Amino acid sequence: MRYKTNLSQRGQADTATYRFAQGLGIFSIVLGLFEVVCGRWLGRLLGLEDKEYIVRLYGGREILTGVAILAAKDPTPWVWGRVAGDALDIGTLACGYARDRDNIGSKVTALAAVTGATAADVYCAAKLSGESRLPLPPVKDYSNRSGFPNGMPRAKTGTAFVSEVVVETV
Amino acid sequence: MRALVWHGKEDIRCETVPDPKIEEPRDAIVKVTSCAICGSDLHLYDHFMIGMKKGDVMGHEFMGEVVDVGPGVNGRLKVGERVVVPFTIICGECEQCRRGNFSLCERSNRNKEKADTVFGHTTAGLFGYTHLTGGYSGGQAEYVRVPFADTTHIKVPESLSDEQVLFLGDIFPTGWQAAAQAEIEPTDTVAVWGCGPVGQFTIRSAMMQGARQVVAIDRVPERLTMAEAAGATTINFDSESVVERLNDLTDGKGPEKCIDAVGMESHVTSTVDGIYDRVKQALMLETDRPHVLREMIYVCRPGGTLSIPGVYGGLIDKVPFGAAMNKGLTFRMGQTHVNRWTDDLTRRIEQGEIDPSFVITHQCGLDDGPEMYKTFRDKEDGCIKVVLRP
Repeated sequence: MRYKTNLSQRGQADTATYRFAQGLGIFSIVLGLFEVVCGRWLGRLLGLEDKEYIVRLYGGREILTGVAILAAKDPTPWVWGRVAGDALDIGTLACGYARDRDNIGSKVTALAAVTGATAADVYCAAKLSGESRLPLPPVKDYSNRSGFPNGMPRAKTGTAFVSEVVVETV
Repeated sequence: MRALVWHGKEDIRCETVPDPKIEEPRDAIVKVTSCAICGSDLHLYDHFMIGMKKGDVMGHEFMGEVVDVGPGVNGRLKVGERVVVPFTIICGECEQCRRGNFSLCERSNRNKEKADTVFGHTTAGLFGYTHLTGGYSGGQAEYVRVPFADTTHIKVPESLSDEQVLFLGDIFPTGWQAAAQAEIEPTDTVAVWGCGPVGQFTIRSAMMQGARQVVAIDRVPERLTMAEAAGATTINFDSESVVERLNDLTDGKGPEKCIDAVGMESHVTSTVDGIYDRVKQALMLETDRPHVLREMIYVCRPGGTLSIPGVYGGLIDKVPFGAAMNKGLTFRMGQTHVNRWTDDLTRRIEQGEIDPSFVITHQCGLDDGPEMYKTFRDKEDGCIKVVLRP
C-alpha cells in the first residue's frame, strides 16, 4: 500500500495516477510478451537482424518491470525503471538506424512510439514522486453504526423465514 | 423527467428523458422518492458487464409512490400507495416464481432469447441492468415504469422512513439470502469477503442467523470499522494474510462458511493470481477477477459451504476446482429472490431488530449522481452507501 504509515492504515485510494501506473504495468507486460514472441520479426523491421535476442531480452525486461509495477506496494521506483528502459530502447533504435537506412518508415514510427511511451512514463513517475506519503484525509468514524438499535442479542433469532407469497417450498 | 443515463465507461449523466408511460396492463408508474447506487451499478459504470446501450437509465434500488396503474393490476396496487420495488421483475405466476425463485422468473425478461443464448436459459428481468436482463429503464430517475407491478412491489408501513426500508429492494435481502444459503449453525465461523454495502448486510445477517463468529475481510478502514461496530472480527488484507489469520481464528481448520460479497472486480492484490487476472482482463482473455473465489476454496473447511452474492458476469480462469471437489464444498449462489425474504425483513425492521439506515454515508440529489458514482467507486470521503433524492 502506497500510503502505509505507522499510524492507522488507510486503504489505497484508487487515484488517477495509481490507476495510470497500473495501466503502464499492464502495457509493459503486453508489449514484453509481443517482443518475446515476435522478436525475430521485430528485429528485422528495426535493423537488428542478427540481434533478435536483444529484442527478446528487452521483452523480458518489459515483462519483469510490468509485474513489479503491479505487485509493488509503491510502484514509483518501478515506473522510473520503465523510464530508464525507455532510454535504452531509444539508444538501441538509434543504433539500428545507424547500421542501415532500410525500413526507415518503420524505424521512425518505432522511435515515435517509444518517445510517446517515454513521455507517459516520465509524467506518471514524476506525478507519483510528487505525491505526499502521508495518509489520506482522516477516516470517517463509523464505530457507532452497528445497525442493531436494541443490541445484537435481541436480533439474534437464528432463523430465516420465507415470505407467505411463496406457495411452494423448494 | 430527469434521470441518470449511461453513455459508456465512466460516463453517466443526469439528463432529461421522456416520461415513462403505462405500456402493458400489469404496469404501474412509480414516482421515485429515494434511490441508491448499488455496488453492482459500478460494474456497469466500469463497463465490465456486456449488454448496455447508450441512453439506458440506471438504477435498480428505488422506492416511491404509485402514481398510475394499468387495468391489469386489479386492485393489488393502488395509486398513492408507498412501495419499495425489488430489483428483480417477477410475474408471480410461472413455476420459478411459485417456488419462490423470483430472480429466475421465466416471463419477465423481454429479451429472453438473448439470455437463453448467453446463459442457456433465461433469468428474471432486472431494472436498469443490461439488455441481457430485459433492458428495462432503471430507478435512478424521477419516475419509473414497473412491469408486472401487481407482484413486483413490496408495500411498506408508513411508520418506517425511506432510509429504513429502501434497501429491502436489494442489498438487505441480498445479504440475508447470502447468509441463509450458507445454512449457518450456532457453532459456525462465517468469513465474509468484502465490507461494502452487501457485505455489511451479510455480516449482520450472519449474526442474526446465529453464527458463533463472523470475520469481515476488506482493506478500507471505514468499512472495517463499520463491520467491527456490528461485532465482527476484522482482517485488513493489506496488512495481514487472510488465510493465516482465518486459520488462526478457527484452530487451524478454516471457517465453515465463506461468503463472497465482492464478485467480479476483486481488488488487484500483489499476489500472483491478482496480477495474472489483471493482465488477462487487459488482453480480453478473461472477464472477471476471481481472486476471492480462489481464496475461499483454499481456506474453507472441508465439507463447508461457499455462498456467493457477489456478481460475476462472464468467464473466470484458474479456479482450483480440484480442491473444491476433494474438500466436498457446497456452492450456493444467484441473484436475490427478493420477495422470498421481505415479509420477514420488514417485520424485523418494524420490531427494531435492525435499522438498515446504518449503512448510508452520503445523500444528495440526482444532479450530483454522476459525481457520486466516482466517489463511491473510488471509496473516497468514507463513502460506503449513496442515497439519491430525485
